[in-house]
Amino acid sequence: MKVRVKFSKEGPIKFIGHLDVMRYFQKAIRRAGIDIAYSAGFSPHPILSFAAPLSVGYTSEGEYFDMELNSLDDIQRLKENLNAVMAEGIRIRDAAELPDGEKNAMASVAAAGYRMAFYDRVSLPADWKEKLSAFYQRERILVRKKTKKGEREVDLKEGIYDLKIRDNEVVMLLDAGSGSNVKPGFVLEAFCECEGIELPVFPFQIHRLETYKRKEDGRLVPLLGSGPWEK
Amino acid sequence: MQVEKPARYIGNEINAVMKDREKVSVRFAMCFPDVYEIGMSHLGIQIIYDMLNRFEDVWCERVYSPWVDLDAVLRRERIPLFALESQDPVKEFDFLGITLQYEMCYTNILQVLDLSGIPLLAKDRTHEDPIVIGGGPCSYNPEPVCEFFDLFYIGEGETRYRELITLYEECRKAGEGRREFLRRAASLSGIYVPSLYEVSYKEDGTIEKMQPLCQQAPRRIVKELEKDLSNTYYPQKPVVPFIKVTQDRVVLEIQRGCIRGCRFCQAGQLYRPVRERSLDFLKEYALKMLENTGHDEISLSSLSSSDYTELPGLIDFLIDECRRRKINISLPSLRIDAFSLDVMNKVQDVKKSSLTFAPEAGSQRLRNIINKGLTEEAILQGAKLAFEGGWTRVKLYFMLGLPFEQEEDIRGIAELCNKIAAVFYETVPKEKRNGRVQIVASTSFFVPKPFTPFQWAPQCRKEDFLEKAYFTRKAISEQLNQKSIKYNWHEADASVMEGILARGDRRLNQVILKAYEKGCFYDAWSEYYKNDVWMEAFADCGIDPDFYTGRERGEDEIFPWDFIDCGVSRAFLYREWQKAKEETVTLNCAEECQGCGAARFGTGICIKVLGRGGNSNEGES
Repeated sequence: MKVRVKFSKEGPIKFIGHLDVMRYFQKAIRRAGIDIAYSAGFSPHPILSFAAPLSVGYTSEGEYFDMELNSLDDIQRLKENLNAVMAEGIRIRDAAELPDGEKNAMASVAAAGYRMAFYDRVSLPADWKEKLSAFYQRERILVRKKTKKGEREVDLKEGIYDLKIRDNEVVMLLDAGSGSNVKPGFVLEAFCECEGIELPVFPFQIHRLETYKRKEDGRLVPLLGSGPWEK
Repeated sequence: MQVEKPARYIGNEINAVMKDREKVSVRFAMCFPDVYEIGMSHLGIQIIYDMLNRFEDVWCERVYSPWVDLDAVLRRERIPLFALESQDPVKEFDFLGITLQYEMCYTNILQVLDLSGIPLLAKDRTHEDPIVIGGGPCSYNPEPVCEFFDLFYIGEGETRYRELITLYEECRKAGEGRREFLRRAASLSGIYVPSLYEVSYKEDGTIEKMQPLCQQAPRRIVKELEKDLSNTYYPQKPVVPFIKVTQDRVVLEIQRGCIRGCRFCQAGQLYRPVRERSLDFLKEYALKMLENTGHDEISLSSLSSSDYTELPGLIDFLIDECRRRKINISLPSLRIDAFSLDVMNKVQDVKKSSLTFAPEAGSQRLRNIINKGLTEEAILQGAKLAFEGGWTRVKLYFMLGLPFEQEEDIRGIAELCNKIAAVFYETVPKEKRNGRVQIVASTSFFVPKPFTPFQWAPQCRKEDFLEKAYFTRKAISEQLNQKSIKYNWHEADASVMEGILARGDRRLNQVILKAYEKGCFYDAWSEYYKNDVWMEAFADCGIDPDFYTGRERGEDEIFPWDFIDCGVSRAFLYREWQKAKEETVTLNCAEECQGCGAARFGTGICIKVLGRGGNSNEGES
């Protein structure tokens, strides 16, 4: 059977990269005594699939992985057992058994919500919010994107499903599908370049709010649970 | 990224110990002066960390050398070096313990002190600075770095820290200062306070005498030793790093010490007598550590695992427990024979990893000189069994520049490699071969170490070393099976420097300080080792580096480390030096007691062997 786990990653642990988070959970699952299934073959490894890698330095309250289990006694207890062996900064928020036929977490990812803030060291024009709104209102946002084959022009607008400004924070819903993924930093960098705003290294704080899959009717819903993106 | 791998510095790992700083009376920073991934792989620190944190009044935290990138940031931004757990500055701690695992980390001691804002020289420190303690194998000759430390703890850490810390608390309560504490600490067993001794030199540069300056400072410091390894501190919850480190697994120390007495090996003398942990202890700790860490691999640790008397029982237990849990077992330092090949077959996957032999010398004559009890016959027999079992890769470790080495001995390296390759082609029929056998021969350059029979021996110069390496390469290229043999050798510069520091005296403190000031650190990393800068530092200080390496030392020369009693007597070591010259081997501790002096500790193999009527030769030194 398959179980999907939702977790958050906050505080200094944001400096742990994706591969290390995967290794961390492999160990945590053994510490929690979860009866995880192993791959066949000569060097068996636990069957785990992570949804969308989170860049080093980002925090999140909407991370997911799936695991294949041999047996499950109680999903609530599994969640508690996992939480009992977590390092500070990582919390298990939810866990649920997946219905048969559900696509795995990685293949399901369609979009991700982010909350971003400029650090104080960025000097922004007083009217940056208006400018950012106007930037988002454009019909098309053509930017040069570096790819493996060189540079090409893409329309960024297609990948931004929503963008709004709350106080001093920018909240965005972005395409996170494989191949069409839009990085949150890239959107604000494109805006700043367009407005001639100079950016130092590490200009923003980035927090992932949720990871979404697309239902057959086209609606985006979280990988677990049902809350829609708040419009 | 300004700093590569910031995860090195955030602490908060699984099983890291957090305490309330208001509720402890002593803050202890334990430092491994190298990068996190190396330092976190060290078992000794995990043992001491666990022990100190079991003391309710103490909070022990960890510190490692910041990598060069963070080092630059800390200096530029004037951020003081901090401990991982609390992220508090090291300077605010009561103690800073620094483990000395290899000589090439000496400049990193200065890096850690400097970044912490602690005066580099002990004599300049005040009540505001931590007490800086040195320990670990290199503290058996602490003299080259003695001015950077307030005190050294000589020997195994399990025994004397409680007393030392209690004394510190008493001194503080009584309002006694740093000097008074150090004076009182000097009378504790195993504690060496360098500022309480004076060394005078003869005209030829050798030591005339070493004189204690006060009555609390003993003339001889006897090493500390844990007598009962099955009833002592060992972590059940080792810290689990987030990032991949060198030793990323559960480490089970099955015994301490070695019966073999190879004449080049320092560890083989320092940790005498060999003491085993009981099978019950190991079973219990193996399971607890696996449960508490979630690691997917367990490794046995010792100087020579094959000599552990209960090895079959332990391995059966581990194979059984680990198979169920999908845990890998790693078995380093096993002698290659039918038993170990059988075990490796059981624990390793079908993609056979390579087999390792450490003959150390190419000819039987030279192996007798170094007392490495491995014969060509045993190596070829082991290789034959391995090839029959499906292994196709063999690693061989040798040393160049051993005492009394001749060209024939070096040629022996090439010939031995060739013979192993020939065994493969004789053993494995053509249709079963999957390409050539791969033989990788590596040579390191011999470095004479204190407290070994070779402490009297001269060390080769860089040019000699390189010539020997070129000769080895040429000899290998002349072999029939040369296409199956790959050859690697180490850098010569750093081996010579290691030799200078290993047998150095107090006068080297200024050289190390000078080298650090000129920008040397991370000398153990070849990409950062600057030999020319080191040579400049020697020249600036007017010290001839050849004095420490180039000459054979006389029978009566006083060595800088002679004031330390490591358990093994100087007379025994000298006897071994003479036997080396005569190309005579010495039986190992399990076969016959050689009267090395360690029997006086009354534990380990000494009890067993003496019980069988061995001789103890006590009291010589």
